[in-house]
Amino acid sequence: MKNKFKSLLDSAGMKSVISSLLCIVAGILVGWIVLLILALTSDKIPISDAFRGLGIILAGPFASGGLRNIAFVLGDMFFESAPLLLTGLSVAIAFKTGLFNIGAPGQYLMGAMGSVIVALSIPTTPKNAFWVWLLALVVGMLCGMIWGLIPGIFKAFLNVNEVIVCIMSNWIAANIVSWVFANNKQFINTAGGKTAYTLPTTANGVSTPKLGLDKLFPGSNIDIGIFIAVLIAVGIFILMNKTTLGYELKACGHNKNAAKYAGMNEKRNIMLSMAIAGGLAAIGASLYYLNGGAELAWNTYGKLPDNGFNGIPVALLASNNPIGVIFSSIFLRFIDKGGYNLAGFTAYNEYVSDLIIAVIIYFAGFSKLIKDMISRRKVKQAEVVAPDDGEKETKKEEEDK
Amino acid sequence: MTFLIQQTLIYTIPLMIVALAGVFAERSGIINIALDGIMIFGSFVGALSVYIMQSGDMLGGNTQLMYVIAMIVAAAAGALFSLLLSFSAINLKADQTIGGTALNMLAPALTLLIVKIVSMQDRLSMPKALGFIISNPDIKPVFKPFFDKMFISTYIVIALFIILSIFLYTTKYGLRLRACGEHPQAADSVGINVYKMRYLGTTISGALAGLGGYIYIATIASGTAEGTVAGMGFLALAIMIFGNWKPLGIALGSLLFGLLKCIGATYASLDINGDGICALKELGLPIYFYNIIPYVVVLLVLAFASNKSRAPKAEGIPYDKGQR
Repeated sequence: MKNKFKSLLDSAGMKSVISSLLCIVAGILVGWIVLLILALTSDKIPISDAFRGLGIILAGPFASGGLRNIAFVLGDMFFESAPLLLTGLSVAIAFKTGLFNIGAPGQYLMGAMGSVIVALSIPTTPKNAFWVWLLALVVGMLCGMIWGLIPGIFKAFLNVNEVIVCIMSNWIAANIVSWVFANNKQFINTAGGKTAYTLPTTANGVSTPKLGLDKLFPGSNIDIGIFIAVLIAVGIFILMNKTTLGYELKACGHNKNAAKYAGMNEKRNIMLSMAIAGGLAAIGASLYYLNGGAELAWNTYGKLPDNGFNGIPVALLASNNPIGVIFSSIFLRFIDKGGYNLAGFTAYNEYVSDLIIAVIIYFAGFSKLIKDMISRRKVKQAEVVAPDDGEKETKKEEEDK
Repeated sequence: MTFLIQQTLIYTIPLMIVALAGVFAERSGIINIALDGIMIFGSFVGALSVYIMQSGDMLGGNTQLMYVIAMIVAAAAGALFSLLLSFSAINLKADQTIGGTALNMLAPALTLLIVKIVSMQDRLSMPKALGFIISNPDIKPVFKPFFDKMFISTYIVIALFIILSIFLYTTKYGLRLRACGEHPQAADSVGINVYKMRYLGTTISGALAGLGGYIYIATIASGTAEGTVAGMGFLALAIMIFGNWKPLGIALGSLLFGLLKCIGATYASLDINGDGICALKELGLPIYFYNIIPYVVVLLVLAFASNKSRAPKAEGIPYDKGQR
C-alpha cells in the first residue's frame, strides 16, 4: 500500500499536480501580503478587511451570502468556465506542438461572429431549433479553424514567427467582426436605445440546452456548455496521448527537424495544430454566445476579448495537460468570483483576484524547479531511509512538511 | 502633409522605443513577451507621478519639466518591474514565456487595484496633459512638421534610439550583450558574465518599455492611464520581429506602421495636397478598412521577406553553466 502511494507520488503527473498546488498556495499568500500592505498604507481600508478578504477570496462563490446567491454565482461560474476551458485547451495544444497561440482572442471573435450570425439568420421552429444550434456551433468552429490556419500556413510555408502573425490576425479579426456587424444592423439589439450588443440568440429561439441545470442553479446562465467543454478536453487528451496524430504533433513540438527526419510531415502538423487550436478557441466563444444570456459587444475593434488571452494562464497553470485545463479553468473562475465578492463585501476591489492569478502564473514558471526539488528530496530520502525501518520514514516526511 | 507627419510621429515614437526594448532583451537571450505589461506599469507610475506633481502644484507648473521627470520615473519603474522577469528567467531558469505572461497579467491587475483604491474609478487622468505639447506656430513652414505641435519626448526618444543602437553595435558591452544571445557558452568561455549581461539587457529593455508606455499614455491616449496600452506592447513585439531584431529595421517598421495607423485614425480629415478635399473620405470606405490595412501590410511584407528573418540563436534558453 505504502509502495503504491510512493510510486504515485513519484509519477510525473503527480509532481505536476503538487507543483501546481504549491504555486497556488504561494500565489494566494503573496496576494494576501499585498492586501495587508494596502490595508496598512491606505486609510480607506480597515485592517480587519485584509483578514476577512482572504477568507472571501478562498471561498469563491460560496461567500456570496445566502443559498440563493451561492447557487446563482456557482451556476454562472460553471457557465463562464466553459469558454475559458476551451481557449485554455487551444493554447495548450499549440504549446504541445511547439507553437505559441497568442491568437486565441481573434479565433474566439471569429467563432463568436460565425455562431451568432447563423443562430440569428436561420428561421427556427421549436422542432429544428436544436439543429440550428448545432449548425451555429459547427460554423463557429469552422470560422475559428480557418482563422487559426492562417498563422499555421505562415509558419509552415513562409517560416514567419507565429507570434507576430497571431497578434496581427487578432486585430484583423476584431475589425472584421466590427465591420460585418456594422453593415448588418439586423443582428444588433436596439432595445432600450442601446446599440452596443448583438441580439441574444434566444431572440431567434436558439440556445444551448439547459437540461434542467437552470433549476439546480436558479437565476444563473448555466447550460450544458461546461459538459461539452469537459468532453472536448477528454477528447483532446485521448487525441494527444493515444493516437498517432497526437504523437506526431508532440514530436513536432519536441524537435521539428527530428520529426521531419522520422518521416513526419511537419508542415501539415503545424497547420493542423493551429487549425485545431483555432477551432477550440472558437467553440469556446460559440458556447458562450449561444447561451442566450450573453450578448456580443460587436464594435470590438479597439479591444480584444479577455477570454482569449486568459487561455494562456489556464494552459500554463495546467502544464498544458488537457485534463489539467479542466481544473485550472474552473479554479480561475472560482478565484474570479471570490474577487467580485471581495469587492462587494470589503473596501478592496475585484482586481485582487487578477493579481492573485498573475502571481500564481509567475510561480508556475518555476514548476520545473519545484519538480526537480521534489525529485531530489525523494532521492535524498531514499538514501537516508533505505537501511532503516518504515517508522523513521514517516517521521522524516512529517519533518519535511 | 504637415499634419500627417506630426501624427505619424506620434504613433511611431512609442512603437519604436518599445520595439528597441524588445531588441535589448532578446539580443541578450531573454524573450521579453512582457513588454505590454511593463508598458502598463511604466505608464501608470509615470501618470501617478504627474498626478501628484500637478495636484501638489509642484515645479511652478512647468509642464515640460514635469513631463521629463515623469519619463524618468516611468523608465525607472519599468526597469524595476522587469527585474521580476530577469530574476525568474536568469536566476531561477524559469520558462520565459510564462514569466512574461505573468508580468503581462500582473501589471494591469496591480495598477487597477491601486488606482481604484486611490481614485475610486478605473482610470487615472493627468489633468493638464495637453500642456505637454510644444507649439511653435510662427516657425517657417518647412520646419513645421518637426518643430510645431511636438512632444519633447519625440526628440528624446530619437536621440535615445540612436545612442542605444550605437551602444549595441559599436561598444564592447554591446558586443558582449549580443554574444550572450547567440552563444552564451562561448561568451562565458572568454570571461563574459552571461548572467550580468542578460540582466543588463532585460533591465534596459524594461526601462525603455516603461518609458514607451508612459509616452503612449501622454500622447496617444491623451493623458489617461486605464490599465491598458491597447496591445501596443504586442505590436512592438511584432515590429521587432518585423525589423529582424535590428534597430534600423525597427525604425523603418515602426515608421511604416505608424504612417498606416495614422492614416487609419485620421483618414476622415486627411487632406494631403491641401486642396480642401479629403480624398480618402470620398472613397466611402469604413474605418475598419483603414484599421486593418497596417496589419495586412505587415503580414504581406513578412511573407515576402521571411527568408531573411533570423532570431537570436540562444533566445528563450536559460543559461546553465554546466551545459555544453
